[in-house]
Amino acid sequence: MSALASAVAVVVADEGTPFDLPSINYSAIAPILIIFGAAIVSVLVEAFAPRRARRPMQLVIVIGSVIAALVVVISLAGTRLVTAEGAIAIDGPALVMQGTLLVVSLLGALLMAERGIDPLGDAFAPRASTLPGSEDEKQFTQRGYLQTEIWPFFLFALTGMLVFPAANDLLLMFVALEVMSLPLYLLAGMARRRRLLSQEASLKYFLLGAFSSAFFLYGTAMLYGFSGTVSLVGIADALSAKPSEGALVAIGMALLLVGLLFKVAAVPFHQWTPDAYQGAPTPVTGFMAATVKIAAFGALLRVLYVSLGGMRWDWEPMLWIIAVLTMLVGSIVAVTQTDIKRMLAYSSIAQAGFILVGVLAVSPEGLSSSMFYLIAYAFTTIGAFAVVSMVRDANGEATHLSKWAGLGKKSPLVASIFAVFMLALAGIPLTSGFIGKFGVFTAAVASGAVWLVIIAVVASLIAAFFYARVIVLMFFSDPGPDTASVVVPSTFTTIALAAGATVTIVLGIVPQPVLELVSNAGIFIR
Amino acid sequence: MNPSNYVVLSAVLFSIGAIGVLVRRNAIIVFMSVELMLNAANLAFVAFARMNGNLDGQVVAFFVMVVAASEVVVGLAIIVTIFRTRRSASIDEPNLLKY
Repeated sequence: MSALASAVAVVVADEGTPFDLPSINYSAIAPILIIFGAAIVSVLVEAFAPRRARRPMQLVIVIGSVIAALVVVISLAGTRLVTAEGAIAIDGPALVMQGTLLVVSLLGALLMAERGIDPLGDAFAPRASTLPGSEDEKQFTQRGYLQTEIWPFFLFALTGMLVFPAANDLLLMFVALEVMSLPLYLLAGMARRRRLLSQEASLKYFLLGAFSSAFFLYGTAMLYGFSGTVSLVGIADALSAKPSEGALVAIGMALLLVGLLFKVAAVPFHQWTPDAYQGAPTPVTGFMAATVKIAAFGALLRVLYVSLGGMRWDWEPMLWIIAVLTMLVGSIVAVTQTDIKRMLAYSSIAQAGFILVGVLAVSPEGLSSSMFYLIAYAFTTIGAFAVVSMVRDANGEATHLSKWAGLGKKSPLVASIFAVFMLALAGIPLTSGFIGKFGVFTAAVASGAVWLVIIAVVASLIAAFFYARVIVLMFFSDPGPDTASVVVPSTFTTIALAAGATVTIVLGIVPQPVLELVSNAGIFIR
Repeated sequence: MNPSNYVVLSAVLFSIGAIGVLVRRNAIIVFMSVELMLNAANLAFVAFARMNGNLDGQVVAFFVMVVAASEVVVGLAIIVTIFRTRRSASIDEPNLLKY
């Protein structure tokens, strides 16, 4: 009503437009605008720059804009405001997630830019439109064509991810979800080798992703029907004003959570994860495994804590079941996997379950420990996929586990780094994974869910088995004729791998600075 | 006419779309079913906008149309690529990724 009154006041004042101009704090959303602007410039480069110049120009744009946005995010530290007429909330948790997303994306960009591993070029098809195995494809490969359109896709996906955890109304959240997902569907289908698998991954990821976003949207419609607004705070107010809610709220909440749980890959909405992770080009898998998880958990946390906090007793039992299923199914099915990328995909499902344990604490400690877990998980995951992209045989990446047997004797350094990542994912002390698991379990115990933590510990024991199996395979069996070899990468992958390993170990030994960062981030603004 | 009937209609359309996604085997039809679900949500938004007496729902419907259009672009690109490779738009045939 007040918006209508002020609109009328404007009309009376200057006979001009009947709408109030929205007040937007441009400096608070500058990181998003920088990446979005860079994405548009990057499209223009694709359209107008000569072919040979595109790759260097795109790399400068991508790396420059991500670093610039990161600097702005750091300078915004301590900001706590809601802008764009309540659509965007820039608060501590949003800034922590945006900062993490930018650093991890920088590593992801370095992996995607790598050209020294595959003798044919980078990890992407020279022309994604050519038929796999066709004469055209050979011609393009011989001439050294590169599909530089991956860079605009990368930047648009990153734009969506930056908005997703900061979105303070469900409409913006839906748009951010799509802006994040649509480029990733395409990136998943652009692998240079094993293109049939890659295209299949893209199709499955797309159809299931579109299906789940329709659920998200219909849930939004139901909550709008109940509360008359799509703003998270407005929905929370309506829920506390009309506690006798009824069917609209129950259906709306359930459908909305289906959409979000799909993106975090929680069981039973996880079916796309192994296929998309296995088929997509490995740098893209590393990038999306790390970043989508952060962005989606950011949005899930905001929806649950800001908007549906008053309905806690209704959604908590459902999410308990989902968290238990996610941890157990992820861990148990990972044990039976024979492909390293698929195993890491199931491992990421199990990790989503552990993060859900932190989310379900519904307390400031739950929020900060989930954020710490996400940071630790993201760096470890991107490092692990960097190693996967380096272990190769004559046919490209050697992803079958049998080819990793004896790798520790053939290439001790890389195998040891991979072992560190496996130990971190398993949650062994002195790695970031241990501090992360300890944080979420402590928060869950403090909120009274002891039985959930017991199940989580059992699931981590099962998970530790398959992580340890890879280490045993690498170090305690002799290299055979099938054992893959490790290709020495260029500086790009080396930096990403070193950064992933360093953060994994440093967060395990001196976690205090990052623990302070996530606990000082405070809670979501209302 | 009572606007709540439109909400019921939108729920029916949404269910038809969801069932279509689950039972149909042609990627194009599956994709059309997803679009039907999005448009069912649009209908619900517009009906609720009328019932709630504010314009938010109508604005949302416009945004959803744009998003659905861009989803069509991406989706058809992927489906056409698969069709050119496999000479089929069946979603049962791409079955290399499993277990």
